Amino acid sequence: MKYEDIVHRCFRCGYCKFTGDYIDFNCPSYRKFFFESYSPGGRMWLIRAWLNDEIKNSDRFQEILFSCATCANCMEHCVFTFSDDLVNVFLAAREEMVNQGIIPPAVRDYLKNINISGNPYKEPADERGKWAEGTSVETYDGQDYLLYIGCVGSYDERAKKIARAVGDLLAHAGISFGILGDRETCDGNEVRALGEMGLFQFLAEQNISLFKDLGIQRIITMDPHAFNAFKKDYPGLGGTFEAYHYTQILAPVVASSKIPLKDYRAKVTFHDPCYLGRHNGEYEAPRKILHAIPGLEVIEMDQSKENAFCCGGGGGNFFTDILGGGDESPNRIRVRQAHSTGANIVAVACPQCAKMLDDAIKLEELDDKLEVLDVAEIVMRALDQPT
Amino acid sequence: MIDIASQLAHIVGERFVSNNPEEAFFYARDPGLMPAHKPDYVVVPKTASEIQEILRLASRERIPVVPMGAGMSLTGLVIPLRGGIVIDMKRMNRILEVNEKARYVIVEGGTSHGALKAYLDKHCPRLRHSIPDSPATATVAANVMIHGQGRLTQQYGFNSDMVSGLEVVLPSGEICTIGSCALSPYWFSKGAPLPDLTGLFLGWFGATGIITKVALKLYPRKKMRDVEIFVTDRDDLVPDMVYELTHTEMVEDINIFAQPMPMIFKDNHHITLFITGDTDEELEFKRKMVWNCLDGFIKSKDGGFMSVPPVMKPTLLDMPQRSVSRFADVKKGGGFEYSGPIIPVETYPACTRKVMELGSKYDLAYSAMARVIGRNHAMMFGFAFTFNRADPQMMERTRKALEEGGEFALAAGGVFWKPTIDEQRLALEKMDATTRDLMKMIKENLDPLGIMNPGNWEVV
Repeated sequence: MKYEDIVHRCFRCGYCKFTGDYIDFNCPSYRKFFFESYSPGGRMWLIRAWLNDEIKNSDRFQEILFSCATCANCMEHCVFTFSDDLVNVFLAAREEMVNQGIIPPAVRDYLKNINISGNPYKEPADERGKWAEGTSVETYDGQDYLLYIGCVGSYDERAKKIARAVGDLLAHAGISFGILGDRETCDGNEVRALGEMGLFQFLAEQNISLFKDLGIQRIITMDPHAFNAFKKDYPGLGGTFEAYHYTQILAPVVASSKIPLKDYRAKVTFHDPCYLGRHNGEYEAPRKILHAIPGLEVIEMDQSKENAFCCGGGGGNFFTDILGGGDESPNRIRVRQAHSTGANIVAVACPQCAKMLDDAIKLEELDDKLEVLDVAEIVMRALDQPT
Repeated sequence: MIDIASQLAHIVGERFVSNNPEEAFFYARDPGLMPAHKPDYVVVPKTASEIQEILRLASRERIPVVPMGAGMSLTGLVIPLRGGIVIDMKRMNRILEVNEKARYVIVEGGTSHGALKAYLDKHCPRLRHSIPDSPATATVAANVMIHGQGRLTQQYGFNSDMVSGLEVVLPSGEICTIGSCALSPYWFSKGAPLPDLTGLFLGWFGATGIITKVALKLYPRKKMRDVEIFVTDRDDLVPDMVYELTHTEMVEDINIFAQPMPMIFKDNHHITLFITGDTDEELEFKRKMVWNCLDGFIKSKDGGFMSVPPVMKPTLLDMPQRSVSRFADVKKGGGFEYSGPIIPVETYPACTRKVMELGSKYDLAYSAMARVIGRNHAMMFGFAFTFNRADPQMMERTRKALEEGGEFALAAGGVFWKPTIDEQRLALEKMDATTRDLMKMIKENLDPLGIMNPGNWEVV
């Protein structure tokens, strides 16, 4: 197994489970299951036991491995020099399990759907670009940027609204961009996170080839998961593009007052997406946008930025739901944290987070107190306010 | 035949019971070197009443029960030596009350030191507790149960001395309060003026009951904190230096370390002094007092204050000190254990030399580390070794070194701290016979069925 040489080095001190200031446990799967086996240290020790044939690949072991949201809290707070590779160890173990063909049915189904349909929803490719109908968003044809939407933004009804907001906003800001429409396919970030490295490589190479053929050099993503794949994983496969999350493009535009934002009175708390924040170190761009909106009060949650609590959707869990269910599921915990700030809007910058938190708000019966809006949707509201 | 897993699930909920091989593997061991032994069940309760039900079930069915905090003793104290039920306490993690004026806090039995620190940082910035340097996940209850030490130990004694009340579930399943809280809504005293019954539980490693609430004394938190390091190559003078320092009553905490790496540390003893103050004047006054008290040693060229590099200060001032855990990976092997006897301060030189001898004899990376307890009343001395988990031979050499270190300290007049099962046996053998009989009487009366963390403090 890759990274096998470091699995014995975990002392299981447990710093990986916490926030940096220890205010709470911050590993989503540990927080839900509360057995040490579901913590990063637990996984390290159990992977070693599995490699040493002291335990078998069981349903429980699969749940332990695949309930990791790859949120990188452990990487952020582990005190050891191998901390950067913690999630890599878990992905390597998943890869071994995938290679052995012994994985949870939900993971198998996800991978199968991607393999057959190019998306997890089993939807036809020609439906991909339909979110853009009725907007001014154009097909890519040599513009400055490709706007890559991803599977969730292309097919999920809630996320499609975010895609439209992002598209409209970029157009409003005068950014030169286009989309691939039905030529877009899965970026593979979750495929990789679920351990199917062969399929990931196939998807990545397919995308790289298409991007190169079209002369694409700069990519704006709506989804931080795609941003992560393009920025960190594609270069190793020959795909060196300038990758940006859309908030990184919009933040300077908004700060320079190129978009005239009107007064929008609301209390908002920002939920950091793990693949934008901890994985890629971008905490400020979405905040700069929110702070630029007149009248908007931005309140931080106790667990924010490096200490943000994951919505539980990462690492493929958005699709497999291995980590979901029950009142201690991460999205419900996160919504309670957001509600405790007194905010009436949870701002997100990721369609997966949006959907996860939307679901949680309904389950927590907070529909009349709290709503989830993407940063782009909030800006659109500020644009649409009556003067 | 009764299905124990179903009964446990009925008590704590199905999600929080496991008899799966994965949990059995993990909870069979701690990060130290003691042999593993699997539990039959692991449960994660949420309330004291659930613990009562678990203990009633365990009593009826004669099943061993082992309460567990974070499992960070390193000496195998939560390894279920005879199987049974491991009760992981960490879901019981609420901070129930802070009495700011009387300076105490009441927490549930699974609350971590990290969470308590974070709570005080946020809500009670003028209060602090004696945080240990064990990882932040270590629980308050487990720490007092093993007579742990922390940042305020030099001033106020063992962390267990700072307990001001307990709630305990007895092996019978009954629940009782200990201290002033037994007859008052206030948790200000663990005993006085009543008989101090906390001694029936503290130091017993869960062999007499399970702590479900702890009241802990809090202390004034000064606005500023700094660190100085006095370095000497005269181990024989360390006890005198510490004596002078404690006489000033100006120091928050005194730690000493001696280790061969990095090279600049070799052959030196580093007396690390923490000082606090509300103003620059207070801090400078204390610093001056500390410097003055060691002036004689400086003049005789037996030591001096080293300049603490700015890059080193955050590491030293960190609470808990995360660098302590990092010691485990010095050999890129994830292993670290120390035998940490409580010794008379005057035996520091002999113990330090013994660590160095053992490091050399067993070819191990070592560190001698000590914390002063009270005003020089005693010292926790760590014979600390790091090892590689992937190297069984190194692990065996470490075991031997630890065993020799512990026995050396015992012979020198020390007492084992959080002793392994073998060290407990040695301690009981050496102990005054009447004291041993008294311990037996207490154990047999409180736990007549012998179900509580069996093997620990077991007088045969």
